[in-house]
Amino acid sequence: MFLFMIKRLVQIVPVILGVTLVVFLIMQMVPGDSAVILAGEGASKETVEQLREDLGLNKPLYEQYFSYISNVVQGDLGNSLKNNQPVLDEILIRLPVTMELAFFSILITIVLGLIAGIISAVRPYSFSDIGVMVVALLGISLPSFWLGLLLMYVFSVKLQWLPVAGWDSLAHVILPAITLGAGGAAIVARMTRSSMLEVVGQDYIRTAKAKGLKEHVIIYKHALRNALIPVITVVGLQFGSLLGGTVLVESVFAINGLGRMIVDAIRTRDIPMVQGGVLVASLVFVFVNLLVDTMYKVFNKRIDLN
Amino acid sequence: MAVNTSIVNTTDLILARKKIKREKRKQFFSTIGQNKAAVVGGIIILLYISMTFLAPILAPYDPYAINLQDKLQSPSWAHWMGTDDKGRDILSRILYGSRLSLGVGFSSVFFGAFFGIILGLVAGYYGKWVDTIISRSLDVMLAFPGILLALAIISALGPSLINVTIAVGIFSIPLFARIVRGSTMEIKQLEYIDAIRTLGANDFIIIFRHIFPNILSPIIVQGSLRLATAILSAAGLSFLGLGAQPPSPEWGAMLSSGRDFIFSAPYMAIFPGLMISILVLGFNLFGDGLRDALDPKMKK
Repeated sequence: MFLFMIKRLVQIVPVILGVTLVVFLIMQMVPGDSAVILAGEGASKETVEQLREDLGLNKPLYEQYFSYISNVVQGDLGNSLKNNQPVLDEILIRLPVTMELAFFSILITIVLGLIAGIISAVRPYSFSDIGVMVVALLGISLPSFWLGLLLMYVFSVKLQWLPVAGWDSLAHVILPAITLGAGGAAIVARMTRSSMLEVVGQDYIRTAKAKGLKEHVIIYKHALRNALIPVITVVGLQFGSLLGGTVLVESVFAINGLGRMIVDAIRTRDIPMVQGGVLVASLVFVFVNLLVDTMYKVFNKRIDLN
Repeated sequence: MAVNTSIVNTTDLILARKKIKREKRKQFFSTIGQNKAAVVGGIIILLYISMTFLAPILAPYDPYAINLQDKLQSPSWAHWMGTDDKGRDILSRILYGSRLSLGVGFSSVFFGAFFGIILGLVAGYYGKWVDTIISRSLDVMLAFPGILLALAIISALGPSLINVTIAVGIFSIPLFARIVRGSTMEIKQLEYIDAIRTLGANDFIIIFRHIFPNILSPIIVQGSLRLATAILSAAGLSFLGLGAQPPSPEWGAMLSSGRDFIFSAPYMAIFPGLMISILVLGFNLFGDGLRDALDPKMKK
């Protein structure tokens, strides 16, 4: 297990380097002179030249990249163009909010998805199965930002059960977490259903039935345990779109997380902030994938990932 | 005599091949036809495509005409979907907006498929270091969560509908490339590819004339399902104000302006969202049906 972790850690180094390279290169595509943009409107020619010298913008591209990497490793993601504060400080304030939202959303994805999938698989082609699968299909098709607005309209405006926006209490978490987790729950439900149906058809389940085991023992102890293996992979993959989805959901519910920070930074052309935000979100995703791989190994001891 | 036999055999072979193709096509349409969900999906898509052509005939008003006297009117016989904050007819805007939303979806998937297919074919066919470089680059692109790569690209190129198309297209490249790479690796090991190579065909001919037509099924399935995601992503980016700009009737942008009136005029946000949802549902239903008909192995 330890060896596996070390090997996977070594494997993600080139991916992380690649991510930094892509982020660095994309920001080089910004039209216009970076020094002029960074110095701001109305800056004198001397100031622009000084800034170019200070930031090493007159050096070759590869040297600029190496200096960018060495800064990133030291935790220096540059300063915001808006308030000249370190980008990392702002990210460290915003990231926990986004992670909290992601955590509750993935909880909804797993719990709702598994329950719906099991209900479907236990009585395939019954009314409950068809009903759950229709809802799941709708869940995949609804845009999260629209679902968020609808939930807000019904539960906050009409029924006044939950707060409209913000991030102060658990009540504020419910609607955004459902909005963000619904699409994933639909995918997990579909996956759980097909995976369970596949497992239920196998010999050892027939043996368990022949032994006279009760249905719930067969479903929960024998079928679900094995059906969960592909589901874990799907949940892991879902985390990526979920993390990307925070951008939209945080905008709908006015949550001051990392996603909203990136969108605001794009609007104000705060390039270092966009660069830092995208980089940190991608690194989080890479490490979550590592965690999912490890869980996959724990759950499925038959597969040798080494 | 030997020559005649050979001619007869070749003609037979061509006829047999045509027959097989006809049978396959028949089987494909019958499988699709039997799948009610796929039929519903196909009908939805056709209706939306017709909408893009018929918008000038069907739209009761000019989608851009501002009429402040009629602003924020609830749905009525005069305005079936109501009017927005500038008094524009929402139904007319939605009809015209179908061109933008579908256009961005199709263009970005075409863009992603084009580059993804070429990269996948090259990586799968040549293998070794070519495959390593392409595959590792794809891994890096897939390491960006969700639409964040598209966001980063837009931040550099600037907000506009064309840049959204490019960004969503780039974000689709690795998905096509992976599928094509896998299928190419499988097919290039088959005996007929060796036979064609022995006959003197070059790599270009082998890749594009003999491998590519045989891996079309997974590409078409992926394309259909990808269209759903592309439309959602593009609408999401416009919703954030990074795609279509006002007064464009793109559905994501319409939803975005409707958000400010969710308390007083919810229909401004409800109808554009409903249109996106039904279209995405159509592509998902059709994509699932296609997968069952074209590629039973991919059925989950």
